[in-house]
Amino acid sequence: MSRIDIMKARASDASGTAEASKPRPTPAPVAALPLSLTNGSPPPIVRFVEATKRFFSTVIPPIVALILLGLIWQISCANPGSSLPPPTKVLHDTMELITDPFFDHGGVDKGLFWHLAASLKRVAMGFGLAAIAGIALGTLIGQSSAAYRGLDPIFQVLRTVPPLAWLPISLAAFHSADPSAIFVIFITAIWPIILNTAVGIRQIPDDYRNVARVIRLSPVEYFFKIMLPATVPYMFTGLRIGVGLSWLAIVAAEMLIGGVGIGFFIWDAWNSSLMSEIILALIYVGIVGFLLDRVIALIGFIVAKRAV
Amino acid sequence: MTNTYLSIEDINMSFKTAKGTFVALTDVSLKIDQGEFVTIIGHSGCGKSTLLNIVAGLLKASSGVVLLDNQAVDEPGPDRAVVFQNHSLLPWLTAYENVRLAVDKVFGGKKSAKERDEWVKHNLTLVHMEHALSKRPAELSGGMRQRVGIARALAMQPKLLLMDEPFGALDALTRAYLQDTVMEIQSRTQSTVIMITHDVDEAVLLSDRIVMMTNGPAATIGEVLTVPLARPRERLALASDPTYVHCREQVLRFLYERHRRTAA
Repeated sequence: MSRIDIMKARASDASGTAEASKPRPTPAPVAALPLSLTNGSPPPIVRFVEATKRFFSTVIPPIVALILLGLIWQISCANPGSSLPPPTKVLHDTMELITDPFFDHGGVDKGLFWHLAASLKRVAMGFGLAAIAGIALGTLIGQSSAAYRGLDPIFQVLRTVPPLAWLPISLAAFHSADPSAIFVIFITAIWPIILNTAVGIRQIPDDYRNVARVIRLSPVEYFFKIMLPATVPYMFTGLRIGVGLSWLAIVAAEMLIGGVGIGFFIWDAWNSSLMSEIILALIYVGIVGFLLDRVIALIGFIVAKRAV
Repeated sequence: MTNTYLSIEDINMSFKTAKGTFVALTDVSLKIDQGEFVTIIGHSGCGKSTLLNIVAGLLKASSGVVLLDNQAVDEPGPDRAVVFQNHSLLPWLTAYENVRLAVDKVFGGKKSAKERDEWVKHNLTLVHMEHALSKRPAELSGGMRQRVGIARALAMQPKLLLMDEPFGALDALTRAYLQDTVMEIQSRTQSTVIMITHDVDEAVLLSDRIVMMTNGPAATIGEVLTVPLARPRERLALASDPTYVHCREQVLRFLYERHRRTAA
C-alpha cells in the first residue's frame, strides 16, 4: 500500500459526513428502496431494475447447473461403445417423438402426449378418490379419539406396504388392469392424506373450539368455519405428498399392467432397447410430476386464502 | 345490597389425573350485582381460570351451581362472552370478520345484514380499532388483537363479560392503554364484568371488588376487598390517593404475607 493511499483513507475518514451525503451514481437507487417502501412505491425504473435482477438471479443458476450436468453427461457417454447415449444422440433419436407428441398409429403405438394423458387420467381418478376418502377418514380419526385409537395402528402398518405389493390383490379383486392400477394409486396416495388431515384437526387450538362453543356454532358451522380453514394447510401437505407418491406408483404399476401409459411406454422401449426414448420419457415423467406438485400447492394456496 | 345478578354457589371442582384426584376448588361462593366490575386475583395455579371457565360454562363443576339472572349455567353461550388470554382470534379472518362471525351467529335472526354490519363496526370503534377492519390478526400488534377480542365479546351484548387475564401477555404501556379503554367502555355500557388478573395495580384500578384467592390445591376465596374509589378513575391522580394505596397494600399483604406461594 502506498503512502498516497493511506493519506486518501485518512482524508475520507476526516470528511466522513461530507462523503456520505454525496450522491453516488449506482448504489443510490438500491439504497433508497427500503426507505421508499414506507413512503409509497419506488419509481417504476427502480422497480424494473429490481425485478430484472431478481429474474436473472433465479433463472441463471439453474440454467448454468443444467448446462454443466449436460456437459458431464456428454463427455462421460461420448465413447461410441458406451452403454448409455449422450444428450446429442438422445435428441437426434427422439426428435420425431418430441416434435410430434400427438400421433396415433393404433394400439399402443401412440405419441407421448397420449401415454402421459392415459397415466394422468389414472392418477386423477385414483388420487381424486384418495383425496375424498382420505380427508373423510382423516377427519374421523382427528375428531374422535376412539376412532384414532382403533384405526391409527392399522393405518401405520398398511401405509408401509409398497404400492406394487397391492397390485396382485387388486388384480384378483377387479379382474381387469385399469381399475387395478387406479386402486394402486388410491391406496398409495391415501395414507399421507389421512394422517396429515388428522394431525391438522388434532392441532386446532382449544381456544378456537372454545370460541365456537361460546358463540354456539352448530357442528356443520364448526366444520366449515373453523375446522376446515384451520386444517387446510395440513390437508394440502398430505395431498401434495399423496400426488407425488401416486405419480411414483403409476409408472411402476403401468410397467406391469401394460396398455397405454407412460410406464408401459418405458417398459416397451426397454424391450426394444431404445435407450434414448427411455431417457426422454424419464425427463417427461419428472416434469409432469413437478407440475402436479405445483398445481396442488397452488390450489392449496388459493383455498387457504379463500377459506372463510 | 341490590338484586344478585350472578350467583356462584358452593362450587367444588376436582380433576381426575393419573396420580389420583386433584382438587382445584373447594366451596367457592360469590354473589355479583348487575354492573359490577369484579377482579379475581391470586397466584398462578390457584384455580382462577378454572373458576372463570366454570362460570363461562366451558367446564362443568364437580358440584355447586352458577346462576346468572336466575338461570342455571350449564353450557357456554354468548350471554357470557369470554375474552381469552391469548386473544384467540381466527387467523384466517380479518378483524371485521372475526367480530362479524360472532355477531352473525348471535343476532342472525334478530338484526338485518345492514344492522349487523353497523353493529360490528360500532363495537370495533368502541375499542378504537375502526382503522384496521380488514387486517388479519397476524398484521396486528398484541394489544390490537386483544382489542378485537374485546370487541368480539362486547358485540355479543353479554349479560356477563368474562376476561381471562386479557392483558397478561402485553407490555406495561399497552396494558395501561387497554385498561383505560376497558374502564371507558364499562362506564358507557354498564356491563357486568369478571376479570382475572395477577396484577395488583390493575385489580385496584379497575375493580369495584377484588376477590382474592388462596393458593391451590383446594383453593377458595380468601378475602373480598371492596374498592371505594369514585369513577371515573384517573391512574395518575390515584397513584398517591390514600384509599388507592391502602387497597393496594391490602391486596399485597394478602398475596405476599398470608398466602405466599410456596413453590416458586
